[in-house]
Amino acid sequence: MQRWLISGWVAACGCLMLCGADWPQFRGTGSSVATDAQLPTVWDEQTNVRWKVDLPGRGPSSPIVVDGRVIVTCSDGVDQDRLLVMAFDAGDGRELWRRQFWATGRTLSHPQSANAAPTPASDGKRIFAFYSSNDLICLDLDGNLLWYRGLAYDYPKAGNDIGMSSSPLVVGQTVVVQVENQGDSFAAGLDTASGEERWRVAREPQANWASPIRLPAAGPRNELVLLQSPSMLTAHEPATGREVWRYEARCSGIPSAATSGEAIFLPAEGITRLNVPGMSEPTRQWSSNRLGPSSPSPILHEGRLYTITSGGVLKCGDAASGEELWVLRIDGTHWATPVLAGGLLYCINFDGVAKVVDPSGAEGKIVATNQFGESIQGSPAVAGNALFVRSDKHLWKIAAP
Amino acid sequence: MNRIAVLSVGSTRNMLAAIAMLIVVAGTARGESLDVAALTRTIRQVGPKGQGHREAMVAWQTLSRADVDQLTEILAGMDDANPLAVNWLRAAAETVAQRTLAQGGKLPIADLEAFIAQTGREPRARRLAYELIAGVDPGARQRLIPGLLNDPSLELRRDAVAMALDKAAAIEDPNRAIVAYREILTASRAPDQVKLVTAKLEALGQKVDLPRHFGFVMRWHLVAPFDNTGTQGFDVAYPPERQVDLQATYAGKEGDIPWVRHETTDPYGVVDLNEVLGKHKGAIAYAYSEFVSDRERDVELRLGCINGNKIWLNGQLLTANHVYHAGMEVDQYKAKARLRPGRNQILLKIAQNEQTENWAQRWQFQLRVCDQFGTAVLSQDRPLEQAAFLVR
Repeated sequence: MQRWLISGWVAACGCLMLCGADWPQFRGTGSSVATDAQLPTVWDEQTNVRWKVDLPGRGPSSPIVVDGRVIVTCSDGVDQDRLLVMAFDAGDGRELWRRQFWATGRTLSHPQSANAAPTPASDGKRIFAFYSSNDLICLDLDGNLLWYRGLAYDYPKAGNDIGMSSSPLVVGQTVVVQVENQGDSFAAGLDTASGEERWRVAREPQANWASPIRLPAAGPRNELVLLQSPSMLTAHEPATGREVWRYEARCSGIPSAATSGEAIFLPAEGITRLNVPGMSEPTRQWSSNRLGPSSPSPILHEGRLYTITSGGVLKCGDAASGEELWVLRIDGTHWATPVLAGGLLYCINFDGVAKVVDPSGAEGKIVATNQFGESIQGSPAVAGNALFVRSDKHLWKIAAP
Repeated sequence: MNRIAVLSVGSTRNMLAAIAMLIVVAGTARGESLDVAALTRTIRQVGPKGQGHREAMVAWQTLSRADVDQLTEILAGMDDANPLAVNWLRAAAETVAQRTLAQGGKLPIADLEAFIAQTGREPRARRLAYELIAGVDPGARQRLIPGLLNDPSLELRRDAVAMALDKAAAIEDPNRAIVAYREILTASRAPDQVKLVTAKLEALGQKVDLPRHFGFVMRWHLVAPFDNTGTQGFDVAYPPERQVDLQATYAGKEGDIPWVRHETTDPYGVVDLNEVLGKHKGAIAYAYSEFVSDRERDVELRLGCINGNKIWLNGQLLTANHVYHAGMEVDQYKAKARLRPGRNQILLKIAQNEQTENWAQRWQFQLRVCDQFGTAVLSQDRPLEQAAFLVR
């Protein structure tokens, strides 16, 4: 009992550092859902685009929002070896600071990707900027360097010349990174304060782009970190890395799982629902090939599961049964995981076409289509009543006046 | 003026020493002169796996409050520092500069320019010095860059090449343009810029020996296939790894296999094994070439390869990369090596796996020999006019 209380207190402290309006990492607080946000459904250069700023480099990474700052990573240079971290005022788009570094690991990637592919993460007082080159940079919110780790400097065979994109996850005092590739393949938990290694576990030597996710505490079970690899999903204690359980399956290499209470929706065999009651190991409830996601990660909301499948089709399934409820063609190639805000899904494809979908009825309904006019790969962030979108060359704030 | 006591933290690098350093400087007013050398020394101790972080974090907090007149001292701390430490120091320099400008101060432009002129300094430090100047002085590019066409900083050189290309484009006389582009080509190291200059020269009726410019090895002896079923052959030392005998015939995966002589005509030195030796999956090929050096010298062997690979020089394994179908680029894998005078033996192992996807069929490599800046180092027996006969 005492252990649960302590872990609950630690988790509560961690949450307190983050403001309610923060979107601190890939998929926000993990769900890609901002229930109370009220976002505009239409926008263009004259309407509801509060500001738009130039970015000095490329990157499929998503913006995050921390304490009124929008944090974005970019990479630049002929070899993509320039790593940038930038902070903008969420209110007016003013650049607050920028820092540059030189990559210490491999910087090659597919031309469509870039070194700044992973989304940064924050614990509310620190920023953890991660790159395909496996450089992990810790700054405070004012851009002061706290520490710098070159994980490929430590483990020189860590890298993928197609590019890596797994985003870091902060759980308590640990920042978790998944560095899975054909060379030095591992996952690690680093101390958020010092960057020192708390734990490191070997992973199968295969390319993988999925990100670690948090399985919240439930009943007697403490929160866990889930690591999704091509042949398995493993659960680990965040502070020690101790493997708690392992579920073997042929998992997708790009979309990451979604969790809800005691359920995990794992991109494997299409998509598979696992139940993790209490301290037990997971059991499979159902699998659905029809609901299997392509690159975007699944979203769970109010008993429904949303996925974007190949060919630009948005699908809605019943989370309890796996039954497909409806399909809606939204067109295009999608890399960005959508966000669900104020009951609406915001789906942005690679060509920068944003479809706003009302998913609440018996059929999905497109309520608006907006054009960014630039390619977009990163998932949007939602903070307050604003949508922050990172396109190939710009950072946008979409909000009603 | 408060001065930091020079602490001997390099040997012990313990937390107490770092805290003591912080206490000593606690009374230092923002922008006051610090003992930058001591602080950078502490930061330079950062190493792999978080080594030296705790001490460096304390030192960095202090260093980031240094007076702007000490910027070049911070930059000088990058000399011979490891890449991690270089980044810590870069962040400190940027923080000092940004804080100074935010407070209405000025950067020490003359000091920074003098620093750029010291070509023996760490190239990245010099590049940062330039960027700091360029951030406040719109005329800096025009003033500083043109003289850096052969600079050891490849980033500065790249800018100089770009400017020279712009300038050459305005030359109307073809003969003068050819001279200008030839000079630019000689200075160019980045493949994309070499490509641009080559296109300009070819449009002027000139031939460009790209393999010679880059130092690609064009002449090989090849033998395949040895067995790599289940990718298990990557760690099997087949006979060529023990001794190269170009007259030998080996027991291969599908029967006896001899060495085959091959000279690639690809402008980037690509050897397509599927084309030369036939398509094989789950197979190992060896490629052997001899390189004649006029003296003992340090070089880099730079490999582009979409398959698993190993490189040996004179029997010494330089690098091993058990990676399949994850892209192929010029200079993808870099291995430092030391040539001996006379004949040197280069041996490559190129491993193909058994993936069946369309994108997993390539079996090829390209290798060049160059110095640390990417300047070609050519074998003494390389045919001089080879490029004139290249098939394009």
